[in-house]
Amino acid sequence: MSYRRMRAVCIKELHHITRDSRSLALALLLPVLMLLLFGFALSLDVDRIPTMIYDQDQTAESRALVRQFEGSKFFEIRGMVGDYGAIERGIDRSRILMGVVIPRDYSRQLGAGREAQVQLLLDGSDSNTASIALGYAESLVRNYSLELRTLALNRRAGGHLAPPVDARLRVWYNSSLESKNYVVPGLIAVILQIIAALLTSLTIAREWEMGTMEQILSTPLRPAEMVLGKMFAYFAVGLADAGIAVLVGVFVFRVPFRGSLPLLAVSTCVFLFGALFWGIFISASARTQAAAYQMGILSSFLPAFLLSGFIYSIETMPWVIQVITYIIPARYVVTILKGIFLKGVGLSVLWGELGLLTLYALIVFVLTTRKLNQKLV
Amino acid sequence: MNSVEMHLLVKKFGSFVAVDQVSLAVEKGEIFGFLGPNGAGKSTAIRMLCGLLTPTSGSASVNGFDVAREPEEIRRTIGYMSQKFSLYDDLTVEENIDFFTGMYGVPREKRAERKRHVLEMANLSDRRKALTRTLSGGWKQRLALGCAILHDPPVLFLDEPTSGVDPLARAAFWGLIHDLSETGHTIFVSTHYMDEAEYCHRLALMYRGRVIALGTPAELKAGLTEHSLLNLDSSDPLETMRALEGLDGVRDVAVFGGGLHVTVDDVEATSARVRERLGAQGIAVRKLERIEPSMEDVFVALIESEERKAA
Repeated sequence: MSYRRMRAVCIKELHHITRDSRSLALALLLPVLMLLLFGFALSLDVDRIPTMIYDQDQTAESRALVRQFEGSKFFEIRGMVGDYGAIERGIDRSRILMGVVIPRDYSRQLGAGREAQVQLLLDGSDSNTASIALGYAESLVRNYSLELRTLALNRRAGGHLAPPVDARLRVWYNSSLESKNYVVPGLIAVILQIIAALLTSLTIAREWEMGTMEQILSTPLRPAEMVLGKMFAYFAVGLADAGIAVLVGVFVFRVPFRGSLPLLAVSTCVFLFGALFWGIFISASARTQAAAYQMGILSSFLPAFLLSGFIYSIETMPWVIQVITYIIPARYVVTILKGIFLKGVGLSVLWGELGLLTLYALIVFVLTTRKLNQKLV
Repeated sequence: MNSVEMHLLVKKFGSFVAVDQVSLAVEKGEIFGFLGPNGAGKSTAIRMLCGLLTPTSGSASVNGFDVAREPEEIRRTIGYMSQKFSLYDDLTVEENIDFFTGMYGVPREKRAERKRHVLEMANLSDRRKALTRTLSGGWKQRLALGCAILHDPPVLFLDEPTSGVDPLARAAFWGLIHDLSETGHTIFVSTHYMDEAEYCHRLALMYRGRVIALGTPAELKAGLTEHSLLNLDSSDPLETMRALEGLDGVRDVAVFGGGLHVTVDDVEATSARVRERLGAQGIAVRKLERIEPSMEDVFVALIESEERKAA
């Protein structure tokens, strides 16, 4: 290993990068664009569910129930209607997601101390949102009727019956349950993975296409020196991207940052090493820039997006897919970033992930130098 | 010690034999030329000598280092200019030089002096800050040569260095090569320009992977003495070719520029017969004279005799 040759490669790559100002601008703006796009669009929160209510009962009790719906932040009443047809039309035209029908005997059932039933009509075409809405509505109706029944029973019994179990939930780490807090740290990882592949996937394929590879192979330059030299040049860009992404996350999206900044820096560096090596590996494997570009995007974007646990929770995947996620480096960095941002946990918890990321970077580095060695003969 | 040695060197790509049992030696300070048509195996042979390709069989050494076993030592002691222009277009002249200075590990105290030398040699001192893509063909080629000699290598491999460069720049380039050879550098150069072959001290003619002739330009031309060459300028070259076909004593007729080159066994007797035959057909002979064969004549004759052997 010659430090001088590695440095010469690095300086040469930095010249390429700075001379191509359009690509550089794109590389630095892309993370901001992607964060804004995904950060705002990828809201997984379900609230203000558009709802219509058909109150057949029209009693004090049923109106009290309507007020419960009105008071909840999860529902937004888009109208009180007088027949099923209006609800049907509302759902068909996607104006509402849910219809609530309070039956004629609602207050009578309640008065008799029985469970009173309410009909919920849901637009199931978005099953995820529909089931969340259903859950909210069910718990609202049940809690309210329980409350009423307890009150009624207490009155009859002279009043000392304890209320039913009142579970007070406290959510840790993302206490407001806002999906942006959960999405943005993972998104930073995904964006870095994509940027790293974009930056590096062309770097060796271009040299093969231009014929410059043959020239530098006739010099004493060794594959490891070339790979490291190139990697460090793009590392500078990747690190700038990481900084930008974290700043946007914290100051634009107001994602809480509870952990250690040095740990974040170290993990990001290690992850970038691996991701950049991967891009260079792809570039060394492909003969043309076009092929390298496609392979780079596909092999980084899809796994990072789908298999990292960034949105889709790994625990609910089929076991075969779960096994595959263990070889996706984004999985570990998503865990690390969420851990540092939201939980403020340190190395004592995240050392395993960090170790695996380091191992990944080393393996890909060795593979890349091997690949280049093969190509010489 | 010879600068370059090849012994029964073979390179196969699948069933295709690109280089077929080539053996030759190049002395220190020599300008050695590989002459041959495209696809003759010149580039493949040079790539093996530079350690870029592994020989299928046989052996070769450069500066005493074996190409198969010691490619790293070879890369330190050679300069290589590949067929395609292969510097970085988006870097300036100076940045390209600095990059290759780093690649070759030129010692710190020599860097400034080598850079100045290369810039002067390539006549690029005024354009050191220019982007390489803005240079014309001749400049680029001289810069490429400059980058290949930054570490003052004893052996230089140039693979068709002058392709796509105008004649004036080509002549200037060969001047530089001559200077390098004067200072003890060995130059191994391939070309398909026959006129350039005359600049070489010694030549190997390659055809279909094999060396079919080896010697100085004069020796190769002398090899043609069993036949003589006539330059024939007539009023109708095409009709002339037809008329001379099968004429006794005429071995070959080839179009050459605006006239014809006629290969004959006996100058006096055949000249008379040619004049007689053309006169009979009403073709005017403007000029008919004996000429020295050019490298191209030698080359064409050798390849034709190869093909006759094969057939």
